[in-house]
Amino acid sequence: MSRIHVTTTINDDATEFLCEAEATLLDVLRDELGLTGTKEGCGTGDCGACSVTVDGRLVCSCLMLGAEAEGREIATIEGMAEGEDLHPLQKKFIEMAALQCGICTPGFLVAAKSLLERNPDPTEEDVRYWLAGNLCRCTGYDKIIRAVLETAADMRRAS
Amino acid sequence: MRYEAPRSVEEAVTALAGQTGAHVLAGGTDLLVKLRSEMIAPELIVDIKRIAGMREITAEEGGWRIGAAVSGAEMGEHEGLCADWPGVVEAAELIGSTQVQGRATIAGNLCNASPAADSVPAMVAASAVARIAGPEGTRDLAVIDVPQGPGKTALGPGEFITSIFLPPRGARSGDAYLRFIPRTEMDIAVVGCGISLSLDEAGRISGARVALGAVGPKVILVEAAAEALKHRALDAGALDDLATACARAATPIDDKRGTAEFRRHVAGVLARRVAVIAEARAKGDTA
Ligand SMILES: Cc1cc2nc3c(=O)[nH]c(=O)nc-3n(C[C@H](O)[C@H](O)[C@H](O)COP(=O)(O)OP(=O)(O)OC[C@H]3O[C@@H](n4cnc5c(N)ncnc54)[C@H](O)[C@@H]3O)c2cc1C
Ligand code: FES
Ligand code: FES
Repeated sequence: MSRIHVTTTINDDATEFLCEAEATLLDVLRDELGLTGTKEGCGTGDCGACSVTVDGRLVCSCLMLGAEAEGREIATIEGMAEGEDLHPLQKKFIEMAALQCGICTPGFLVAAKSLLERNPDPTEEDVRYWLAGNLCRCTGYDKIIRAVLETAADMRRAS
Repeated sequence: MRYEAPRSVEEAVTALAGQTGAHVLAGGTDLLVKLRSEMIAPELIVDIKRIAGMREITAEEGGWRIGAAVSGAEMGEHEGLCADWPGVVEAAELIGSTQVQGRATIAGNLCNASPAADSVPAMVAASAVARIAGPEGTRDLAVIDVPQGPGKTALGPGEFITSIFLPPRGARSGDAYLRFIPRTEMDIAVVGCGISLSLDEAGRISGARVALGAVGPKVILVEAAAEALKHRALDAGALDDLATACARAATPIDDKRGTAEFRRHVAGVLARRVAVIAEARAKGDTA
């Protein structure tokens, strides 16, 4: 079976890869491109650990084929920090201990960043609904929600 | 398995018709789950998202035509559609999480043919019509006639839905959708109810369409509910009759998410609540 040639942009870098028709974007990111920051929790769209954005839209990379990435702009957790400089959400998650084992964290960060880009001043309810598709077995969510709300407040003050 | 992303409807039809067991890919939020769990093992997947016009919402004869690759999130961001058909939009926006919303389509929700599909009762209440392309050309089919039972649709070999049409909203009319789930998010409807109402100048109901989901093998249009409401104000008596008609029309099963008796009761309760919201919207409430 011939593999599919895909040309795409990942974290602002032009990227090419070959993939099987069955391969999900998540498979490609992790196994083909070595971008293992994006995690697989369930593989069925329920946990959000595999969250990335495609043309600015938050999606589960486990529910998208690698071949569908042709010509799209993909953003993953690897593109969130500017070099050594962590994104304000990343800093706040560390500061407020909004993670324990960390497997859910890349997904939460990518999803939260996408929320704050659309809505810089979300209510707690907004944050909880937006992140309802991200599951965390460790933290009990409260620290995550508070970290997102505090980051939003900091970013509003800074701008 | 092969993957194709045709650029035109004709190419898509040729691809689908040329391969038995080919599957259409829209948002993939049902298809990829089935693929990965090996419920299906297709020879060919035809991605319809690259076909011209498939991702557009366009005004047409006073109504809206929604391309088959438009996601729920995109519907929710479309002001005109939200103003005219808030019930259809709120049903589409109930599908899954933010991530699922970024991809899931209402045509996919319809073609997946789950009895609990959230957008389907809302589309049926709205008298939505699916446009279908196939080897014999194009045909229009009322959304209510698309699902035939769990996992079964009226689409023939080589056919796929290219768009869903929502008719003109009409004066003094409104729609709404609610579902009952044990949680607040990320769950499958135990009962869903979509209602579209039109009022006459005196505020009485001149037309109603009441549809129930998850209480039968496919969506149910409750004609008796529409009859019961006709030419009446939506007062306590009318709401009682609406609830009774819905509870009677429901043909649910017992399963782990609810007994048949509970579901019949909830069908009535939801119908009351949905009718009140639809009436308020018909009277100009935009909240
Ligand atoms: C985590 C999660 C939560 C979910 N929550 C809900 C929920 O709350 N409510 C709900 O109703 N559903 C829910 N779903 C199911 C699913 O998201 C919806 O049914 C969705 O609308 C499917 O649309 P899609 O575009 O992703 O379809 P796809 O997966 O692309 O397709 C679904 C089926 O329809 C066929 N198909 C798709 N488009 C067409 C077309 N244009 N013409 C002909 N056939 C077509 C496909 O071949 C496939 O068989 C959930 C799914 C997940 C993963
Ligand atoms: S791995 Fe994609 S949602 Fe869980
Ligand atoms: S920190 Fe362990 S799952 Fe969230």
